[in-house]
Amino acid sequence: MRYFAQRLVFYVFTAWAAVTINFFVPRLTPGNPVDSLIAEYQGQISTQAVHSLTVLFGLDKQQGIFQQYISYLGQLARGDLGISFHSFPTPVSSVLAQSLPWTVCLVGVATVLSFAIGTLLGVIVGWRRGSLADMLMPITTFFASIPYFWLALLAIAAFTGVGSFLPSAGGYDPGLVPGWNGAFVASALKHSLLPAATIIVTSVAGWLMGMRNMVVTVSSEDYVTVAHAKGLSERRVMLGYAARNAMLPSVSGFGMALGLVVGGTFLVEYVFSYPGVGLELVSAIGQKDYPLMQGIFLVITLSVLAANFLADLAYMALDPRTRREG
Amino acid sequence: MTLHVDEPAAQHADADEAVLRISGLSVDYGVGERAVRAVSDVSLTLRRGEVLGLAGESGSGKSTLAYGLTRLLAPPGVVACGTVIYHPGDGSEPVDVLALDHAGLRRFRWAQTSIVFQAAMNALNPVDKISAQLTDVIKAHRPDLDRAARIARARELLGLVGIPADRLDSYPHQLSGGMRQRVMIGMALALEPRIVIMDEPTTALDVVMQRQILAVFTRLRKRLDFSVVFITHDLSLLVEFADRIAIMYGGRIVEEAPAAQIYRDPLHPYSDGLLHSFPALRGPRRELAGIPGSPPDPRSLPSGCAFHPRCPKAFDPCAREVPILGAPGEAGPGAAQGAGGGARSVACWLHTSDRSTA
Repeated sequence: MRYFAQRLVFYVFTAWAAVTINFFVPRLTPGNPVDSLIAEYQGQISTQAVHSLTVLFGLDKQQGIFQQYISYLGQLARGDLGISFHSFPTPVSSVLAQSLPWTVCLVGVATVLSFAIGTLLGVIVGWRRGSLADMLMPITTFFASIPYFWLALLAIAAFTGVGSFLPSAGGYDPGLVPGWNGAFVASALKHSLLPAATIIVTSVAGWLMGMRNMVVTVSSEDYVTVAHAKGLSERRVMLGYAARNAMLPSVSGFGMALGLVVGGTFLVEYVFSYPGVGLELVSAIGQKDYPLMQGIFLVITLSVLAANFLADLAYMALDPRTRREG
Repeated sequence: MTLHVDEPAAQHADADEAVLRISGLSVDYGVGERAVRAVSDVSLTLRRGEVLGLAGESGSGKSTLAYGLTRLLAPPGVVACGTVIYHPGDGSEPVDVLALDHAGLRRFRWAQTSIVFQAAMNALNPVDKISAQLTDVIKAHRPDLDRAARIARARELLGLVGIPADRLDSYPHQLSGGMRQRVMIGMALALEPRIVIMDEPTTALDVVMQRQILAVFTRLRKRLDFSVVFITHDLSLLVEFADRIAIMYGGRIVEEAPAAQIYRDPLHPYSDGLLHSFPALRGPRRELAGIPGSPPDPRSLPSGCAFHPRCPKAFDPCAREVPILGAPGEAGPGAAQGAGGGARSVACWLHTSDRSTA
């Protein structure tokens, strides 16, 4: 329990540091939001509007930096991440609320599936090393070595087009209104099949290889020999003794991979024009939409932290040696 | 390549007492041309209630022999030839261990032959509680017992080896090395097997702990009456603990005799060297001497007697011919089996009277 508390304190501290950096970085850059917005809407904003914008952004109050910091923390606590320049005056939080679920569902589910499939195959390949199952290794590694965007483009070329079941772009049928109804969910699922499949195909090799190697290593441990000598069933030895110990390093890796779900896969969304956070970030960068970029970075940082925290918890549950009584 | 001829006819009175009969067992690592023979042509009989010590330097093949006879060899190890016959005490048919199918082997393991491994540190699964590791083997072999009965048995086993029952909920890393080894001994006795193979069970422990473990083990052996194959490089331990000792060198048994005889009067120069390479626990002080040279590489064993390059007494035939394991002063077929009740055998040209037979 003490270990748990230590980790929690560590993560809270890191989150605070991330939030603070997020506050200071834009204030270190030259210019102010009003100038940026004017630059964004060149010639479309009248001079009278400049003043009202200054008031809107709260730049007329002449607060000290510390007061600004306090009110920034207060805003964050209310979930207020500022106003997007590009889709002015939509708040950044609503932009994120629209795109985040898409990314989390698509990439999150694909990452979990990839981990599950790769780990399971890794156990089998490692356990039956030297058999035909070894063939899986070069095959999956081949797919992992293809640059992702290239594979995705090939997949679009091969599997989509006129008359194909699979759509080539988007998150759902443009004719539908997002909502919790059968038609929309079915359409969203259909649109996610190809991106999810390409993610899995390119990432499964890493899990497979890591797990296989660990299973091979663990198989020569004494406790696995003891388990054999005890006359336990092959299945029990493989899962309860070999795989159970071999998967510990993979769990840490999985935590990291989950953390990168939000930030690390804009390529997927870009190629498939998928309405997620990655695509949002790319367009925010293109349009110099600083508040949106800031919001996305904050979300990425926090999700990495949250995922790592979850991985820590999982590791504690799986490996009794990391639990410290105290 | 075998000079040793097996002859079941010469077995005497204690054929009914034999628990395990190994004959002509050879173990290779790898197959085909590049195979390396780690154990060659070993014949041993383990009798009921007896402690058979197996001694030798690292790489002499003693552990490989134990893994070979329990079919636990990890690839590329393979049993090249020989038989291992287990005689169940209940009057049923002898079992050919090497011919058992998977299911039969699973039933045989631990129920008849259990093993205590060298490094207790690694022999317990680090992520499971002691209770889970003691009960899973009971569950696998005794499906009739329910959970409460299994836990009760696990509790009893810990009691046998002198560990408080509340340790059932501990993980292996929470136990000391000695405790872990005692848990392993308790685990080995879970199904009351008739044979316990101990592969250097005390090597990783300090001397005090070694004593404790052996005391526990001796007590349990008197009570439960099982036979032991005790593998170690520590001949001093065997002299005290074993009834009979077989000395291995280069994958062969070079001498086999009752423990007291080996201690008082080792015949093979290698046994003699081993005995003089450690201080005696009791008795007068004497000078220690090592054996010059290092153990042979099993990929290229010396010709003839594998020990001859290091042997202080090597003479003419040693480099040419492999000496036969036989009663001292005799040679030839049949002599080895004379090793029954108290007799001894040695594979050395010094103790072979008729050298022309080979």
